[in-house]
Amino acid sequence: MKYWRTPLDIDKIKIPRGELHIIKERCKGCGFCVEYCPKGVLKLSDEFNSKGYHPPVAIKPDECVNCDLCEMLCPDFAIYCLRAEDVEKEVTS
Amino acid sequence: MITEVAQQKQEHPMEKLLRMDRIPHIWCPTCGIGTTVTALAVALEQLELDLDNVAVVSGIGCTGRVAGYMKLDSFHTTHGRAIPFAFGLHVARPDMKVIVFSGDGDLISIGGNHFIHTARRNVDITVICVNNFIYAMTGGQVAPTTPLTAKSSTSPYGNYEHPFNLPLLAASSGAVYVARWTALHIRRLTTAFKEAISKRGFSFVEVIAPCSTLYARLNKLGDGLDLMKFYHDNSIIKHGADPKDIDIEYQSKITVGKFVDIEKPTFLDCLNNRNKEVFGDKYKIYGGGNGHNRD
Repeated sequence: MKYWRTPLDIDKIKIPRGELHIIKERCKGCGFCVEYCPKGVLKLSDEFNSKGYHPPVAIKPDECVNCDLCEMLCPDFAIYCLRAEDVEKEVTS
Repeated sequence: MITEVAQQKQEHPMEKLLRMDRIPHIWCPTCGIGTTVTALAVALEQLELDLDNVAVVSGIGCTGRVAGYMKLDSFHTTHGRAIPFAFGLHVARPDMKVIVFSGDGDLISIGGNHFIHTARRNVDITVICVNNFIYAMTGGQVAPTTPLTAKSSTSPYGNYEHPFNLPLLAASSGAVYVARWTALHIRRLTTAFKEAISKRGFSFVEVIAPCSTLYARLNKLGDGLDLMKFYHDNSIIKHGADPKDIDIEYQSKITVGKFVDIEKPTFLDCLNNRNKEVFGDKYKIYGGGNGHNRD
């Protein structure tokens, strides 16, 4: 995205980062998360889970902005997003 | 970046509101009911209610399974009788938030009479109706919401019966909060659930949800994802629209939004006020201070 001018508070704004977690065995391969991810992070993988569905895989995991849309749209409670800072904090502590 | 141990420790944020021993659920791939359940769980979480005081009541059908999947006080009633059970629960425990979560066939067809009369009395419950335009669990028979010319297993040449317009039915029966959203409008749907649960009186939210196995297959509309894309392209958000003008025709534009949001005395208010008028100080107000809090 190109701005007309640099926003005044650009040094203060931090783009949030998310950590994606996919519970592959629960997925039914509906593709809602893949279709509606605003950043195009996900893609249906070629691998199968034990029920024969293709769970999604993160092809650009660094671009996730923790918008939670995949988590809200998933009908099978199989994907969720956590704020990356929170995850790091929990791992180190 | 993230270790295996941390990954195992994390659990899905919805898990505290779901009975995980029953998950994975029985709903088909690309069904919209799971999405609606997520919206309700998020709404309950954001409202910060005491979850011991929230009950979910369902009837029969695909959506009727919700009562079994939510880790709240819940009851799975007989076909069409979700609203009478919720009414009784509300009158016995006026402090409780009672949410009826059921489908169009259950609430509007066999339970239609209960629906209009509970709306007429303005009982303080929330009714969430997931409308997938068909009787999905029993094999795709024509439902009172099936649009004209849509095919179902009992109308193979296209439906010729006029369908119900659910927001109009609710609004004209006396509901104080009426909204319609699709399963795709997930954030607006969550807000509508929050408003409906907080609202005093009979609040009704219709959720248009895709049915991939029956409605989409019998009408050759692709799968649930194609229906979601259809909702994306054909939904018109129009808050305050007259419910008379928001009929759904087969594959037509869908008007969504919040249509009715009014204040009206509830069933318990009217009961207490009338008895107070007749009996004076001898009458003890039922249900605590304002009729909705119990000590």
